[in-house]
Amino acid sequence: MTEPTKVTVVVRRRPSIADPQGATVTRALRDLGYTVDGVRIDKIITLTVDGAGDVTQQVTEMCERLLANPVMEDYEIRIGS
Amino acid sequence: MTTAVVVFPGSNCEHDVVYALESVGGSAELVWHRETDLSAFDSVVLPGGFAHGDYLRTGAIARFSPVMDEVARLAADGHPVLGICNGFQILCEAGLLPGVLLQNRDLTFICRPVHLRVESTASILTRSATVGEVLEIPLNSYEGNYTADDETLAASADQIMLRYCASDGTVADAHNPNGSSDHIAAIANRAGNVAGIMPHPERAIEDLLGSSDGRILLESFVASVGAVHA
Repeated sequence: MTEPTKVTVVVRRRPSIADPQGATVTRALRDLGYTVDGVRIDKIITLTVDGAGDVTQQVTEMCERLLANPVMEDYEIRIGS
Repeated sequence: MTTAVVVFPGSNCEHDVVYALESVGGSAELVWHRETDLSAFDSVVLPGGFAHGDYLRTGAIARFSPVMDEVARLAADGHPVLGICNGFQILCEAGLLPGVLLQNRDLTFICRPVHLRVESTASILTRSATVGEVLEIPLNSYEGNYTADDETLAASADQIMLRYCASDGTVADAHNPNGSSDHIAAIANRAGNVAGIMPHPERAIEDLLGSSDGRILLESFVASVGAVHA
């Protein structure tokens, strides 16, 4: 038995793509009196995958096919965290 | 031949689409998203709704529904493929149309009639319409903000079929309800046989509904069935 591996995927909207949620939260924080330059709302996806084989390659494929849309998003894979 | 109207878990406009297509002389049948053989059909509509709960991203899971291989085949063979609202989002996720649909600029769900200017007739959605014509059709979406990078927009400029506008046809930021890039409300692929539209033409087919301007778009679709756009 291979130990299952914990993987965290962070999906971020590309800097060039507007983030209406982030813009709204920026305005709300400013209304509360904070000095905020910008807020972006990212997604964190936590996976437990079978540790057999090349986990990075598997998760990269998952990101390319389903978890992120390369048209508008970048992703970062953290293994074992 | 008959148009397949695909039903995903969460679709909610499929009956309206069948009714509307039949009202303009078409023939349509509902098809469950697990169907893997569309050989009895020569055209497809992906209707509006919230396929697979819109989880992850709108259309992200629906694009892997079993029926989508057949949708891609019909598209590649030049048959008419139309996505309305959520169907538009699915076609973008599937890579059959350029760009993506994001949350509306003001983070509000928009449900009201909007004006659309016909920009091109080179598609299955607009072939019977007239360039410059202004149509009034309901918009009903939260993720209706069409977005593409500058390179994509430049490459697909002549694929823009409809833009948001004022009632007199003026295109300006003030008349763009959701922040869509280049005011895009409908776009087609290069061949013109695959098209996506964010407002709902099937909800504007009788005066009783407040507008019958959607008919010309559905008539375009029905007129395209049987004619292969290679």
